[in-house]
Amino acid sequence: MHKLLADQPGQKMLLLGNESIARGAIEAGVAFASTYPGTPSSELSLNFFQMSKESDLYFEYSTNEKVSLEAAAAAANCGIRSMCVMKHVGMNVAADTLMTLAYIGVKGGLVILTADDPFMFSSQNEQDNRYYGKLSGLPVLEPSSVEEAREMVAYAFDLSEKLQEPVIFRTTTRLNHSTAAVEFGKIRTPITKGDFKKDPFNYVTVPAVSRKLHAKLLKNLGKAEEISNTSEYNIVKGEGPWGIICNGVSYNYVIDGINDLDIEDKVRVLRIGISHPMPGDLIKDFLKGCDKVLIVEEGEPFMEETVKAFAQEAKLTLTIAGKGEGLFSRLFEFNPALVRECMAKYFAVPYKPAALPDLSDIPELPQRPPNLCAGCSHRATFYAVKKAAEGMDAIFPNDIGCYTLGFLPPLSMGDFLICMGSSTGTSCGFSKVTDKKIISFIGDSTFFHSGISGLINAVFNNHNFTLVILDNRTTAMTGHQPNPGVDMKELNLEGYGQISIEKVVKALGVSHVSVIKPYLVKKSINTIKEAINFKGVSVIISKEKCSLYAKSLKQLTEKVFYVSDKCKNHRTCINELACPAFFIENDRVKINPSICVGCAVCAQICPEHAILPLKKNSQ
Amino acid sequence: MDTKRLIIVAVGGQGNLLASKVLGEAALFSDIPVRMSEIHGMAQRGGVVESAILFGDAKSTIISDGEADILVSFEPSEALRALNKCNVNSVVITNLYPLPPFTAVIGKGVYPDPNIVQDLIRAKTAKLIAFDAVALAKEAGNVLAVNMVLLGALIQTGVLPIPAENVKKAITTKTGKFFAESNLKAFELGFSAAAKEK
Repeated sequence: MHKLLADQPGQKMLLLGNESIARGAIEAGVAFASTYPGTPSSELSLNFFQMSKESDLYFEYSTNEKVSLEAAAAAANCGIRSMCVMKHVGMNVAADTLMTLAYIGVKGGLVILTADDPFMFSSQNEQDNRYYGKLSGLPVLEPSSVEEAREMVAYAFDLSEKLQEPVIFRTTTRLNHSTAAVEFGKIRTPITKGDFKKDPFNYVTVPAVSRKLHAKLLKNLGKAEEISNTSEYNIVKGEGPWGIICNGVSYNYVIDGINDLDIEDKVRVLRIGISHPMPGDLIKDFLKGCDKVLIVEEGEPFMEETVKAFAQEAKLTLTIAGKGEGLFSRLFEFNPALVRECMAKYFAVPYKPAALPDLSDIPELPQRPPNLCAGCSHRATFYAVKKAAEGMDAIFPNDIGCYTLGFLPPLSMGDFLICMGSSTGTSCGFSKVTDKKIISFIGDSTFFHSGISGLINAVFNNHNFTLVILDNRTTAMTGHQPNPGVDMKELNLEGYGQISIEKVVKALGVSHVSVIKPYLVKKSINTIKEAINFKGVSVIISKEKCSLYAKSLKQLTEKVFYVSDKCKNHRTCINELACPAFFIENDRVKINPSICVGCAVCAQICPEHAILPLKKNSQ
Repeated sequence: MDTKRLIIVAVGGQGNLLASKVLGEAALFSDIPVRMSEIHGMAQRGGVVESAILFGDAKSTIISDGEADILVSFEPSEALRALNKCNVNSVVITNLYPLPPFTAVIGKGVYPDPNIVQDLIRAKTAKLIAFDAVALAKEAGNVLAVNMVLLGALIQTGVLPIPAENVKKAITTKTGKFFAESNLKAFELGFSAAAKEK
């Protein structure tokens, strides 16, 4: 049985933040869950996926976050407890749905999880999604620890049903990817079958209905603020003339900082767990007892602005600070020492930081950036496109996935990237206003997610570019989740459809469509040459399974290669492919047999044909 | 109780996440509060994987610069790169078997001399324990048991309040029957290797 399904209240287990949230949802009786995978939320969905195979939970990997939220919204409006999981930027994709779903509301609880990524460990921006609460008028809950996340999910479902509207559950990477001992609670039996009661004058958002619904939403916001004022998740701790208001993981740094600075008797802390709507009465009361207040929050001054507005309403003139020079930044994530230092400075507490060693004489170390894996089919495709486009003045828009790493030398295939699916849309603009050849790249999952609409636009508006669809048969970057093109039977899973990218592209009216096998270098280069010389929209589908995925399916051939005596040290292999299986020993190129997966691309480009298959028992 | 802070750095694929799991489990067996965090998005793509583990009453799950009591590195150049996490009282343990990054292989950057690496760490911290953990893992019968060798050395230092028996128990429960024997042997070899260091 899946470890998170164990019906043993009181059991203690070390869980990742994402696992703790998944367990919390199971305990709350979640029956419908949907997602589009995105770090740092991916393990949460993975656990739902696994549990759905051995319980009554329905789970799906949806095409994108908007579809995912719509599916969950409908399930919730049939009275089913539902959860929709995404990374922070996914909320932008789902925002159209979110904004009006807030008007409609829900019947069964709906919790929308957004995993924010301060410092951008694996994201293109570090937007602060608490503003989605303000923008939509929906409540935002924020846990501070892995343990609290479990119980707060159940609270989120209850709150959603009480207010009859979705609740946003906001985490940050540091919570999703932290681990702690979590005590299990009781599992509530999920209700898995719902019913939809027709009520068009509350469900069909024509203007006359929406005017009524917006008024309802605002009324609800008032109710939500009353709840926020008395909630056990907006807590005041300690006594003293100094006040600290904080949220999320910053709360931990504040508590540790108070202990380290030995100021327990001087500080009161207000930990905000419901950050929208902010608890106005509670905050005004808190401010009245303080000489000065420090706001500790990662990201934007979301609480700070609201707290200052409350102070104005209460005619209070005490000093309130958070972001600003000498204090906290809007950039990146916090850490314990940073918070401790700002607290010491703001409250003028003597503090001597740990003696750091002098590191000025440490030599500059070679970087260790992530790299496309050995035998990665993307490397083979990038190489073939580079060769086919040699001599052409070209722009290469790229997209979001492992293949984004192709922008690094020596491949250097990636000139422009905004967000999921942007390769196709930006290609339209580039091709219209420049005379350059536009060759863009997108992965299979990203194509289904949102790249497809840019391609439809290109065909309709008669743009001129080549789109290379890097079809590695899985969603590789986030950990090999399925997408609509995946053959689910290979995973021994029945009951799924499968969509052919080739048929879709042809049906869209793309008149030049070709399919390549990127490990066949010469043939691929020739096919690509033909496609990029076509005037109009051409699509190349480069079809080869992700080598890590193939390995997990036990489909990799065991044939590895070695560099024979014929090698004349041209180093074309290293200089043009940069496969991590290569290394240099005594000034000669070698291949690490434990890393090589036998794609044979290097063997095909070696000018001396010196790279040969390693026969077992030889060498 | 006093908080002890441990940083583990490794190159993707070296198994430091399993090492963290084993330590976490061992802390649970020992009734010692434990929290950890890791950055592991690109682990399979050959990047650096860093885990922070805090034993004791601290609420934070990360460790600021200069605040690690002990640093365990699975690779010598990565020990040097992570030295900003240490202070003059920190203990450092490193595997000496080098894994030069690809950038150094293609001539972008120079891989540091292992002797210089050791001299620099010794000069800036309280103690360095350095040995070839890959050789010991091979001796234990499992070249992938580098993580268990280094766990052995870590526990030998006594910096963490966790008894060796509880780590061994966690190794047995977390790494499965097939590997438990070689992993336990690797742990013992690492433990002895650290005991030999002055």
